Amino acid sequence: MGTLGELERAVMDAIWDAETPVTAYDVKEQLDAEGRALAVTTLLTVLSRLEKKGFVASDRSARPHRYTAVASRADHVAELMHSVLGDAGDRTAVLERFVGGVSPEDAAVLRQLLSGAA
Amino acid sequence: MALLSAVSDEALVGALVIPHGVIVAAAIFLGTAAIALAWPVPVALSRASWPMRMPVIALLLWQAIGLAGGLSMIGALALAGYSVAPRHPWVALIPAAAFTVYLLAHLAVTVVQVTRQRHRHLALLDLLTSPHPTRARTRVIDDAVPVAYCLPHGARSVTVLSQGLLDRLDADELVAVIAHERAHVEQRHDLLLLAFRAWRSALPWFPIAARAEAEVAALVEMLADDHARREVRDEVLARAILAVGASGVPGAERVVSGSTRVSDRFRRLAA
Repeated sequence: MGTLGELERAVMDAIWDAETPVTAYDVKEQLDAEGRALAVTTLLTVLSRLEKKGFVASDRSARPHRYTAVASRADHVAELMHSVLGDAGDRTAVLERFVGGVSPEDAAVLRQLLSGAA
Repeated sequence: MALLSAVSDEALVGALVIPHGVIVAAAIFLGTAAIALAWPVPVALSRASWPMRMPVIALLLWQAIGLAGGLSMIGALALAGYSVAPRHPWVALIPAAAFTVYLLAHLAVTVVQVTRQRHRHLALLDLLTSPHPTRARTRVIDDAVPVAYCLPHGARSVTVLSQGLLDRLDADELVAVIAHERAHVEQRHDLLLLAFRAWRSALPWFPIAARAEAEVAALVEMLADDHARREVRDEVLARAILAVGASGVPGAERVVSGSTRVSDRFRRLAA
């Protein structure tokens, strides 16, 4: 079943796919259908980890506890892409991009190199 | 009481006493060095054209300037304090100590901030990306914008590629991109960028710190390019840069190159 990260991703996907709040048993059912048999206790551990990281919220008044995603998958992708592409000067120390936007003048320089090589 | 002061006076006579004039002269010398390293030297280095041919030397110089500039400033403050109040060395050292603590505190805060941002980013990567089918420590995010980056984090360092990038690059161009990103991780460019970011955040009113950070950021890109150029021809790297940096995909080109040093990165490929 791979690493803890893979497990978290599978559980999160199950929560995102469900339209309503889910219990650990619902998640287990979903993952069983995908051919990944996991103990409910394992899933509860993963769910509490996800809650601690702020990706999942739980309703503890219900028995068994029901879990919902704090934000949609698309929202998280947007957050991730913004932290990569956004123009914050603070980004450079966190991650290193291959290249940002290339100005038209610089693009012309590179295209000249390519036409010379052809 | 009288005995005590007699003893301490005798001790003073026996000790090697540095003349006051020497201390003042040393303070002025260090102060001048600090000012030179804070203004004319970095300005000259950022305007020079040779760093694009020798990025390694230029990076070493930037580190030397940053380190020597900070130390000479601390030394100048200490000696100036001592020459003003030679009888109260502890009081005299307060400005130098305060400046040192100020710089170290900014470094610590920057480390904490960056580490926190990386943890959040890694947690998101765990949830949103899948491992690359063949390449180790490489993950793929399902997004149309062509983007590649690395997130340095010790043994958990990871290179991230978008699906848009994989769709756009051929096998050789992908080798160039990955070699470039691996160089950032292996050569620990993140530590350099971290130090210069801390310097800028400690001295926000000081334009040279921001310029130094931008120069260092551009120079490490050249080093990473040189790593990639050992594996692929320059044309391949140029094609990859164009495919990612001038893709025409909306949202991809938020950060447009403009500074001379960033342009140098492209010009040296054509040279």
